Amino acid sequence: MGIKNMKEADFRDNETLDLFKQSGGNVLFTTLDAVMDWGRSNSIWPLTFATSCCGIEMMATGASRHDFSRFGIEVYRASPRQADVIVVAGTIVNKMAPVLKRLYDQMSDPKYVIAMGACAVSGGPFFYNTYHVIRGVDHVIPVDVYIPGCPPRPESLLYGVMQLQRKIKLESPLSNPRKTTELI
Amino acid sequence: MKEVINLPVKNIEEEEYHINMGPQHPSTHGVLRLVVSLQGEIVKNLKPHCGYIHRGIEKMCEKDTYPQIIHLTDRMDYLSAHINNHAVCLLVEKALEVDVPERVKYIRTIVDELNRIASHQLWWCSFGMDMGGLTCYFYGLRDREHILDIFEESFGSRLLHSYYTPGGLMMDIHPNFQKSVKDFIKYFRRKIKDYDDILTGNIIMQERTKGIGILSKEDAISYGVTGPSGRASGFACDVRKHHPYGVYDKADFQEILGTEGDTFTRYMMRMHEMRESMKIIEQLIDNIPAGDYSAKMKAVIKLPAGEYYQRVEASRGELGVYCISDGNKTPYRMKFRSPNFSNLSALDHMSRGVKIADLVAIGGSLDYVIPDIDR
Amino acid sequence: MDNTALKERILALVPDAEFQENKQFLTFIIPPAKMHDLAVTLKTDAALAFDYLFCLSGVDMVKFLEVVYHLESTAHGHQLVLKTRTADRDNAALDTVCDLWRTAEFHEREVYDLMGIRFTNHPDLRRLFLEEGWIGHPLRKDYKDEVNIVEL
Repeated sequence: MGIKNMKEADFRDNETLDLFKQSGGNVLFTTLDAVMDWGRSNSIWPLTFATSCCGIEMMATGASRHDFSRFGIEVYRASPRQADVIVVAGTIVNKMAPVLKRLYDQMSDPKYVIAMGACAVSGGPFFYNTYHVIRGVDHVIPVDVYIPGCPPRPESLLYGVMQLQRKIKLESPLSNPRKTTELI
Repeated sequence: MKEVINLPVKNIEEEEYHINMGPQHPSTHGVLRLVVSLQGEIVKNLKPHCGYIHRGIEKMCEKDTYPQIIHLTDRMDYLSAHINNHAVCLLVEKALEVDVPERVKYIRTIVDELNRIASHQLWWCSFGMDMGGLTCYFYGLRDREHILDIFEESFGSRLLHSYYTPGGLMMDIHPNFQKSVKDFIKYFRRKIKDYDDILTGNIIMQERTKGIGILSKEDAISYGVTGPSGRASGFACDVRKHHPYGVYDKADFQEILGTEGDTFTRYMMRMHEMRESMKIIEQLIDNIPAGDYSAKMKAVIKLPAGEYYQRVEASRGELGVYCISDGNKTPYRMKFRSPNFSNLSALDHMSRGVKIADLVAIGGSLDYVIPDIDR
Repeated sequence: MDNTALKERILALVPDAEFQENKQFLTFIIPPAKMHDLAVTLKTDAALAFDYLFCLSGVDMVKFLEVVYHLESTAHGHQLVLKTRTADRDNAALDTVCDLWRTAEFHEREVYDLMGIRFTNHPDLRRLFLEEGWIGHPLRKDYKDEVNIVEL
């Protein structure tokens, strides 16, 4: 059994993929790719970016009870050039959207986006009757992982980070480098 | 032979230049953009640019019913979420002349004070972190988790609960509530001594905060700076004392005023407030009367036509809710007088002549939460 | 000063002030031309001493635009509510009070941004929350936004 022979439903199932990787994989995953994937997924450094309430839960995830430094998020980087992931925690409004796009453009490849909280996923409690909120951050930048909740528990954020790690482990950076598409 | 060349020495005029702090900045506590006009390292003036989290809550309130507005007020100043809810509930109950049971008043007061302690713990952790002491971040959040555990057991959520509702509470407290709160008070009384050991007595912190960012009493009143920042300048503005609500009149606590109005005094005000809050909780926790957790309210709440104003003491100052009703189930106009809005307007005045590094300390001591400014 | 003495004083200062019955605070409607002078007296007079402006709101009553001032005296403890109205919706203009109460600087900018009322002699009247080029004033009752705001 290999990647090419797998059923589509199995490929989309994280647990099956994990078992597959543990059982040795196949030729498609060369050793160098595997090492790079392992390195990238286990040291994701986010940008300090929090607009509202979800930022507090993100801070709590970094504190001593639900420590996310165990997952490789060792430290927050203040500068977008040095960050790997941007965790959009909080509502994005019309005035903030160009700023977010600029920050995303300033990050260097490979970069990932986690939309944390109901506001970033779809506008959240501010979906109806407001003139200034962007209903979901995927109108501005491409999103890799969506974490629902208002605010999501720290455990939810950790699960979202683990999903991102699984997504990164499936990449083959040498043969198929990740290109972020240009948004029009 | 070496020649000594005498170059003419030019007088380089010191020019003002503007730098931009934010909206994405680790120390502005949210999305605030400060355009700071500097001369060397000294701040000449600064202009805050708000609106990066303006969600139009006041416009949304004109289409939401009163119980739905509670969910929006939670998200304004999310660190004193219960106190914001309390303001709207009191406004509705006063307008409809509803008598809430005593049990509800006691529980609301206790939960408000727990929320105040949690908010000040988060303030302490970010204040230390902004000045470079990362230990404070871990200590403050570790102790805050105990309060969040109590909230989660009784109300179901860690940060935003919408637990108060017009007429009373959503549900009764958990049977373990009183014991957990008493255990927490015992635990935190020990830990707050650690806070003093780490930060208050630290010589670097004192050098960075004493005499910096002075706000006089007249300026505090004129700018409307309330809460611990206003009390540090000598402005006696505690709504719990001057216009009591809940059962604050049954608890014995002091309103502590400072004299200097500098950053260190604002810091000490919040440390005192944490201790006073613990005193209030201790006096009330054993005396919660038995009874209903909610008064009987109609299914659809319609306020009689008129104007209503309710003030409460949020963690950062006086929160006012001004509601104009025309008899329908949604308000005609709902205005929130937010404490952080007025506190921020004094930032320019307080930071004339300080160095740019002190600006972060002043902002931290004012403890603004940006979604409350922008609503 | 209790409410009756305060009421007499205000009516003596501005005879054509309209008193509103049955409100939570002592409430007067002041003609816009007299507002600034009344405010100066309220702040500087020792027996009145209204030094704390705790709320400044803009309201859109469809026939006119209104600004509501909630005042309190820290020395004496009495409270007062003043309202001024302007029926001109396109070029609404009122006098500023930020030379007396510095908190009004930000509050009046917010009222200008969301309601469209200009304040003469304000040091820096520009939009506070919305972008510079935003058209319209959202908190007005006739603000139309077909995409975002659902009219049921």
